Amino acid sequence: MAKSSIKIRAKVKKGEATVKCLISHPMETGLRKDKKTGKLIPAQFIQEVVCEHGGATVMNAQWNGTISKNPFLSFAFTGAKSGDMIKVSWVDNTGKNDSTEAKMK
Amino acid sequence: MNQNRRVLLKSTFAAGATGIAISAGLLTPKAALAAWPKAAFEAKDTNVALEASLGSSSTTKSSDIKLKAPDIAENGAVVPITVTSNIANTEAISIIVAENGTPLAATFNLGANTKGFVSTRIKMGKTSDVTAVVKADGKLYSTSKNVKVTIGGCGG
Repeated sequence: MAKSSIKIRAKVKKGEATVKCLISHPMETGLRKDKKTGKLIPAQFIQEVVCEHGGATVMNAQWNGTISKNPFLSFAFTGAKSGDMIKVSWVDNTGKNDSTEAKMK
Repeated sequence: MNQNRRVLLKSTFAAGATGIAISAGLLTPKAALAAWPKAAFEAKDTNVALEASLGSSSTTKSSDIKLKAPDIAENGAVVPITVTSNIANTEAISIIVAENGTPLAATFNLGANTKGFVSTRIKMGKTSDVTAVVKADGKLYSTSKNVKVTIGGCGG
């Protein structure tokens, strides 16, 4: 299986899950210039991140290039149990996407 | 079929249609992108951005929102921001950086069981107020913090 760009750490305590994700992605705003060529580096940034649990969307994040490179994201939700699976997916402005599933501890 | 499954399926269609479709590979990325509020993220004016993203630009200051951000950001390219909303029925949280070219950095749409808590890292071009806007029960609330930036985070 290809290595995913998404690392997930999720813990459940008393029914509440706290999820931390680290996504490998350049998050280029399109405003930076390449120092060697002087040309603008084209914009490449994640536009949407979706987290699903139990078949429902728990969180949907909409971003632009303002979010830092290799974005970190953390959020929390109730109604979770240890051992539940969650799925995190992202789509960027060039149409690239990736998704990963992880088991919550 | 028990009631719980029915309710789950109902909420899936209502809330997660786009997300589920992307993961199922049914929606091509292009179609999914259509849901991204371009106008909001390209707006140069904070009010225009809020209108396009959350549906309104009139906010009320609230002390029930905790915005954690450094007083001084050593590196403008990576500024950690954490927003905790204690307002009931928080549906969405947006982060605005007033002095950035495009002020809207992110909007987090939260599910019914999702807590009003998000943490991420943003780029700041220069010293600016960072505002967390919370949408709850259709109304907007906000709180701001000034973050000093020593080295700008936009590569220039």
